[in-house]
Amino acid sequence: MTVRAAAVVFPGTNCERDCALVLERLGVSVELLWHTEPHLHGADIVVLPGGFAHGDYLRTGAIARFSPVMDAVSAHARNGGLVIGICNGFQVLCEAGLLPGALRKNRGLSFLCHWTEVRVCNHATPFTSRAEEGQRLKLPINHFEGGYYCDESTLAELRENGQVALRYEHNPNGSLDDIAGITNAAGNVLGLMPHPERACEALLGSEDGVVLLSSMIDSALRAA
Amino acid sequence: MTESLHRDLGLTDEEHDLIVSILGRPPTVTELAMFSVMWSEHCSYKSSRALLSTLPTEGEGVLVGPGEGAGVIEVAPGQAVAWKIESHNHPSFVEPHNGAATGVGGIVRDITSMGARPIALLDSLRFGPTEGVRTAYLAAGVVGGISSYGNAIGVPTVGGECIFEPSYEGNPLVNVACLGIVETEIMRGRADNPGDLVILFGSATGRDGIGGASVLASAELGPDSNDKRPSVQVGDPLTEKLVIEASLELVAKSIISGLQDLGAGGICCPASEMAAKSGSGIRIDLDAVHLREPGMGPFEIMISESQERMLAVVAAERAPEVLEVCRAWELEARVVGEVTDTGLVEVVVSGETAASIPAAALASQAPLMKRESERPEWLDDLRAAPCGDAPQEDLGGCLLALLASPGGASARWIWEQYDHMILLGTVQGPGGDAAVIRLPGSAAAVALSLDGPGKLCHLDPYEGARLAVAEAARNVACTGARPAAVTNCLNFGNPEKPEVMWSFQEAVRGIADSCRALGLPVTGGNVSFYNETSGRAIHPTPVIGMLGVLQDATAAVGLAFKAQGDVIALLGTTHPDDFGAGDYAAVVHGALGGSVPHLDPKREQALHRLLAQAAAKRLLSSAHDLSGGGLAVALAESALAGGLGFRAAGTEPDMETHRWLFSESPSRALVSLAPEKLDRVRAAASELDVPVTPLGEVGGDTLDFGAFQVALTQAAAAHATHPIGAAP
Repeated sequence: MTVRAAAVVFPGTNCERDCALVLERLGVSVELLWHTEPHLHGADIVVLPGGFAHGDYLRTGAIARFSPVMDAVSAHARNGGLVIGICNGFQVLCEAGLLPGALRKNRGLSFLCHWTEVRVCNHATPFTSRAEEGQRLKLPINHFEGGYYCDESTLAELRENGQVALRYEHNPNGSLDDIAGITNAAGNVLGLMPHPERACEALLGSEDGVVLLSSMIDSALRAA
Repeated sequence: MTESLHRDLGLTDEEHDLIVSILGRPPTVTELAMFSVMWSEHCSYKSSRALLSTLPTEGEGVLVGPGEGAGVIEVAPGQAVAWKIESHNHPSFVEPHNGAATGVGGIVRDITSMGARPIALLDSLRFGPTEGVRTAYLAAGVVGGISSYGNAIGVPTVGGECIFEPSYEGNPLVNVACLGIVETEIMRGRADNPGDLVILFGSATGRDGIGGASVLASAELGPDSNDKRPSVQVGDPLTEKLVIEASLELVAKSIISGLQDLGAGGICCPASEMAAKSGSGIRIDLDAVHLREPGMGPFEIMISESQERMLAVVAAERAPEVLEVCRAWELEARVVGEVTDTGLVEVVVSGETAASIPAAALASQAPLMKRESERPEWLDDLRAAPCGDAPQEDLGGCLLALLASPGGASARWIWEQYDHMILLGTVQGPGGDAAVIRLPGSAAAVALSLDGPGKLCHLDPYEGARLAVAEAARNVACTGARPAAVTNCLNFGNPEKPEVMWSFQEAVRGIADSCRALGLPVTGGNVSFYNETSGRAIHPTPVIGMLGVLQDATAAVGLAFKAQGDVIALLGTTHPDDFGAGDYAAVVHGALGGSVPHLDPKREQALHRLLAQAAAKRLLSSAHDLSGGGLAVALAESALAGGLGFRAAGTEPDMETHRWLFSESPSRALVSLAPEKLDRVRAAASELDVPVTPLGEVGGDTLDFGAFQVALTQAAAAHATHPIGAAP
């Protein structure tokens, strides 16, 4: 079967074409879904790509959570469907309550675009199954608001449940506990600040993003 | 209307008389405002047009030359790119964040208006000395503005340059270049068919940016510059992103017949230019324009420079399709006018005619200014002054000082604030000689570089401009690309001053000669005059934007040393006396004088060919242009980029060590390669008559120059010096 993904496009989303290109190369059929769409058209995977949804005006993700498509995304997540939020998509997932915590401005108060090394801290999630535990991945970040934050009891829960999927080797932005990506308690929703779609080709600097995206595709195939 | 309204708007008495004779009556206020923007230096090029016509504009692959939104060049079979640079200097001085942001927005719409998807941005920035009271504020604001706007619209900022130099203290430069890929067909600003409708889409029209072209861009700034802040537009990148998508969809679906962006001069500019180019007329109904605030007068609506707006021309029966595409992208769009056969730009408000002017008069009949030109008297003294080539005991210290200097230190603090990876084409990003961007859906790539040597042009605008073209071409050649087309942004002082006009003439002559000698067409550009504050002009700064073509992106070569044991070699000839206007002179001796290096275009071109051949045959591990700081700095930069030291002991020819290491002779490159490939490079070089001097080998953690050593970590620390510290 062909795995089907819906990449949600809010006004101001700008990584949807990159995500579609890379997922299509990995054999996924991708539909770009405008944010006013109330239905996911049977997608197996929902991708919330990076960008500046609604201009990031007010606060990152704060307006996007009210877009009509988000009801369908929430329902998909509640039913165990796979959802990946990359960068701005992670911020939207936090605002929408599909992931705990929030993303604050980077420690240095400036935008950061550079390569980072992240460590796979739980290889048992649907997004990391192709990785070894502790495997280092070279992935780029590209954000102003990437410092993950949550309260102490939430952090304790995240650790206990193995929800911290990825940690930075060298914390670039002041993220709590070096967190680069977390899942929800059920494991079917991943939010991460690094961009795996930008690391799927050696010519561009790294192929390590394929590990995460292929794991996700494997999981979609298993669920089907 | 007051007697002197035209003067307040920047028009001369002679221009006013000419307007009266063109119209056969006194102009209305709205008409006067329209003439004032369209006849401003910024829009009409009245001081520069005659000289610009001497630039070579034709060449292999040129599909659209100067005069449209951007030049268009075919870079691979069936693949065309649009390429253009523009300045936003004065707005960025008055309000750095929004000035720079809207500079990005403006050039991006220019590219989009050609039917091309913007896929790369580069910035050439100049600020005053790092210790200047406003420098940190301006630099942080400009970089932040470019970052916030460019990142949000999803176009990678992949390269550029940033220089701190006293002459820019009162007048920073913000030049932004953009490259786009034509997705389906080349679009143009045309209004060919009377009866077609004119649709304005994008942001609402407000009072921001009234008179930006005439008040800001075509006059000197002074102590009251802050009062001009209302003339600076405020950017909305979210809307810009939607305008890009809607525009490209309109082109892809072949719905529209003409498209032009609104920038300087507001609606007035595309309305008059499209009608003039097509020999038709356009009638605009101002009641239909969607406004940001009530009570705007007709002249304000016509010349408002509110950002993120486009004007499309469409057959009447297809107008609903335009409105539907815009609605789907959540953009406001209104039919605001009609193409006519009158030859006039007519402006109607509440059924009354507020303006009726021949389109051609607005678009192309601004009287040419015959500016006086005179070689400055101080030039002889300057050239007689010491060039700064005296030897120094501690050459290692000189190198570290150069690496830590504001112009020599890494610009990482700037480009890490820019998304330089989006769109998955960035094969080589910022920090190298040129950015290498793979074209979407293609194996081919373009290499892009900006170069604007103000100090060289201060000493000698002709030779400096020739060197600027050569260096920009060498930058792209180092990646293995064939230099293919030039866009330029000519930043100068007040053209009413004879010595400024002389430097402008000389620079244009230098660009023309260098481009002809290297076989490069100029496909477009921009002139920015009046870059002076309180009577002090900037150094003449022609910024050359070079487009190079690589048939195979995987063959691109970077500047970083790659492998232990690789041989390092210098290509080209080092002259011992090329120190004038150089970085060693400035950093070590604080000198700016003497004469500038001499360019031999034949040697330059031979080097480019050698680099392209060697890259295509995959002979090179690295290649790096020799420029500021000469061989020593180039060696250090290749080492730092690769995290590998080198041993270059005992290879010095018969000249003083500091000359060998720091002279800035053009037409040279530093390469590293596997030892077994050296003979093949030598053979190719000898056919092209390019000298090859082996220098040593890559390896270790020391920069070993033979005469002295510097630890790689020490060099890295110097290179990481932040020129302005953290943002204020």
